[in-house]
Amino acid sequence: MSAGSVHRVSGPVLEVEGLEPGMLELVEIGEARLPGEVISLAGQYATVQVYAYTGGVRPGDAVVATGHPLRATLGPGLLGGVFDGMLRRLSGAPALLADGARLPTLDERREWSFTPTVEPGGRVEPGAVLGEVPETEAIAFRARVPHGVSGTLEWIAPAGSVTIEEPIARVAGVDVTLAERWPVRRPRPVAERLRADAPLSTGQRALDLFFPIARGGSAAVPGGFGTGKTVLLQQIAKWCDADVIVYVGCGERGNEMADVLEEMSRLEDPRTGRPLLDRTVLVANTSNMPVLAREASIYTGVTVAELYRDMGYETVLIADSTSRWAEALREVSSRTGELPAEEGYPAGLATALAAFYERAGRVRTLGGDDASVTILAAVSPPGGDMTEPVSAHTRRFVRCVWSLDPDLAYARHYPAVSWRDSSTRDAERVGEWHVARHEPGWAARRGRALRLLADADRLESIAQLVGATSLPDRERVTMLAGRLLREAVLQQSSLSANDAYCSAAKQEALLELALDLHDACAGVVERGVPIARIDELDLSPATRARDVAGPDDAAAVQAVAEQLRGEIWGLA
Amino acid sequence: MSVRAPVEYAGLTSIKGPLVCVEGVGGVGWDEVAEIRLDSGDVRHGVVLEVAGDLAVVQVFEGTRGLGLEGARVAFGGGPMRIPVGEAWLGRVCSGRGEPLDGGPPVLGTELREIGGRPVNPAARATPRDPILTGVSAIDGLATLVRGQKLPIFSVGGLPHLELAAQVAAQATVRDEPFAVVFAAMGVTNADASMMRDRLELREPSDDLVLVLNTADDPLVERITAPRLALTVAEHLAFDLDRHVLVVMADMTSYCEAVREISSSRGEIPSRRGYPGYLYSDLASIYERAGRIQGLAGSVTQVPVLTMPGEDITHPVPDLTGYITEGQIVLAHDLHVRGVYPPFDPLRSLSRLMRLGAGGSRTRPDHLELAAQLYALVAQARRVADLAEVVGADALSESEARYLTLVDAFEADFVEQGVDEARTIEETLDRGWGVAATLPARELTMVSEAALREHYPGERGRDEGPAG
Repeated sequence: MSAGSVHRVSGPVLEVEGLEPGMLELVEIGEARLPGEVISLAGQYATVQVYAYTGGVRPGDAVVATGHPLRATLGPGLLGGVFDGMLRRLSGAPALLADGARLPTLDERREWSFTPTVEPGGRVEPGAVLGEVPETEAIAFRARVPHGVSGTLEWIAPAGSVTIEEPIARVAGVDVTLAERWPVRRPRPVAERLRADAPLSTGQRALDLFFPIARGGSAAVPGGFGTGKTVLLQQIAKWCDADVIVYVGCGERGNEMADVLEEMSRLEDPRTGRPLLDRTVLVANTSNMPVLAREASIYTGVTVAELYRDMGYETVLIADSTSRWAEALREVSSRTGELPAEEGYPAGLATALAAFYERAGRVRTLGGDDASVTILAAVSPPGGDMTEPVSAHTRRFVRCVWSLDPDLAYARHYPAVSWRDSSTRDAERVGEWHVARHEPGWAARRGRALRLLADADRLESIAQLVGATSLPDRERVTMLAGRLLREAVLQQSSLSANDAYCSAAKQEALLELALDLHDACAGVVERGVPIARIDELDLSPATRARDVAGPDDAAAVQAVAEQLRGEIWGLA
Repeated sequence: MSVRAPVEYAGLTSIKGPLVCVEGVGGVGWDEVAEIRLDSGDVRHGVVLEVAGDLAVVQVFEGTRGLGLEGARVAFGGGPMRIPVGEAWLGRVCSGRGEPLDGGPPVLGTELREIGGRPVNPAARATPRDPILTGVSAIDGLATLVRGQKLPIFSVGGLPHLELAAQVAAQATVRDEPFAVVFAAMGVTNADASMMRDRLELREPSDDLVLVLNTADDPLVERITAPRLALTVAEHLAFDLDRHVLVVMADMTSYCEAVREISSSRGEIPSRRGYPGYLYSDLASIYERAGRIQGLAGSVTQVPVLTMPGEDITHPVPDLTGYITEGQIVLAHDLHVRGVYPPFDPLRSLSRLMRLGAGGSRTRPDHLELAAQLYALVAQARRVADLAEVVGADALSESEARYLTLVDAFEADFVEQGVDEARTIEETLDRGWGVAATLPARELTMVSEAALREHYPGERGRDEGPAG
């Protein structure tokens, strides 16, 4: 450790003299020990960005180098907790946050019940599982040989209580503990990257049926304010079929984080019967917390997701919102006098975004498991302008774009996922996965529904000019099918007890319902029945089915389809 | 941080635009307040923008006109700006720096607090709940204000948003719990300021009101400090003294223009429309001070008022505000032209937290379903009105024509009210039912049978015709 002193202060950026740190080394400033990171070195001065408000920092204040980069303490006890952007524990911390407060990530005194899973004596490599502790009732924390350590397993702790800093094993003379420190800006290593094809089930029809994402994929959710980004991401956090969720509130509302925390504690995971919080890590760096910790929060979050991936779990990182992270980047770069590129953002914005999304993926872990990190990120374009740098670059690097349409939100069509502007590059692979699972019709159904939606949109814009009645009956059937798809399938209320989550079986049943009714209507119109007679039928059971049938009740939906199909064919 | 006795430094090293350099300083920290005293007796205020070694760069908020290298003395305040807090603020009128404007003595408090505040730990927040009733039907009925929420009013120059803000501040109540209103006016004209003072005098009891007044001709720096001062006073009243506090801040657009002006004088790289790239974080440092804290009885609720230049909702000020706040109340020009006060646009207005503050015993059990029904009816009426423009009102069917009547009833009987008329929530909801009853009960599909039986005026029942 070396010590120096502050020479210059300009907002969150300092110049420090008398210190010989390495690039990206973590330093601590003044009595409050504000954390900072070295971002450039020139002659006797080091430039430091500080992860806290720097009001009152003066020339001459002491600066101490820590000898390591910004890193997170990883270990059991993360699940169910709330942390700030530097992974300092907020659960149980004071109601008003002080700068530079030393809040440990994990409880160092808590006793965990350790069970070894290997015998001593053999040779072990990084990533090999040594034993596990029940971190929550839903998830076991698997202790592994850390990166950079290999050799003979000389000793392993017997079953019993350990704290996170007590050794659980000794590998080639190195003590291994449950806690591990990892520099958050560096991706954790894997054995190899695998092809992602199994879909992540989000429980949201607009996504799973139309714009599916593979486990290990990445998706961006761009949308102006009020379009429902946060609600959609929260729905996925609650209902997707991943093992572990890391939810990063990056520069967003504090009340929202309170709401997520409350909901996650209250709601039960349908697969384990335990509160959803048991599988969730919340990273909350709200918009009024230090802007640089916001910049770090994205990396902290993805590092935690990689930790659980390395244990063999399917993990999902949700980041709301990456635009606030990019703004934090911009704020630092303007303070350090970097030449701005587009709209004041640093020239490295695209590279930083690409590197972040590349941390998603399906992999073979060092321990030999198949596991994944899926990244879902909100983008908040200023003024809804999708050509602004963050939105435009993000589209280049993600596999799915779930675009939210203000017109749909305005019409209270939720989730406001646009079927025109959204896209997925995982559809083909997910289709093949369905074929392998003996569901060959999946891709064709999806294609047909998307075509119907597009045709209905086109016809509706014509109908607005010439009136619907002047269109031929065949086309009015298409418009009717579009309406059914929108109201019976795509709309899904996050407040509905029956429909906030929708199982795959019910999803398929609802889509089939809409397509069956389209077939029936087209069939009777073909036989000369005027469309006006179909209009007289009460098709509202079709649009109510999603809300009436339970989350897993495909049979109830099929019964509605059966009945309405009969009524329509009865016209012929 | 230790408090030092203020030391005065004589003479400046350089002056460039609004920035002055002082050499030979010791122990001066970043973001510290400074006072520049001229020989003429003039006092100007500034803040430390940068310190390097023994050199401090100070931004002078009132500008450097008439300042010379000699004849100026600079004193540093030893830290960021602080104000006394306490119940002594209640009933007072002060400037954006906290100096009395009501002829009274300076406000003395129980302790000094930095006006920047401290971020609330997200894990210690409690979800907003329970309403603040404003006595304005459009707000209480359709976009209920919830304790701990931040709900802005989006308006356009020339509309009566200041009147509405003053009305909300004058009439707001919580049931049977200690309450206070802090009103911060930023960059308003003297005429508007005196209008607001008159209106706020109507508030009973008047001793739960604090008025922070910064007029358009007051120093720019006080436009930056006014909302922070208001919130610092409010937070103490809420979280130390267990009151529910409503903070009304008008006009945030003037505030943002002051931020832009200061940023540009610092030579910072502008982002959209010349506003600095950190405008989002800056606004968040104000708006995020709304909320509730677990285990504490009080709450801070904000109603920021802003004008959208050119009625452009994508302008950075409304846009960034909308990203942080929890809904918005939008005032529409066309309603104002038709003489409707408040000119409340129901389709663009939304209180995202309404379900936490309305319905049940919080207001009345039928509240949420009635509000949803009214929104749906007004949306449908808007479509019918568009259709009528194309095909002519005569070509509408009888049921469609009723929607045109409904819009008239909605505007005349529900939205429209006097600037000093306070309605109870019961009256507001009953008026809502009166509007809904323009249609036959069977067309009100979003309200329950029970609510219809209890509240649908006149002959009740699903198959009855329209009342009256």
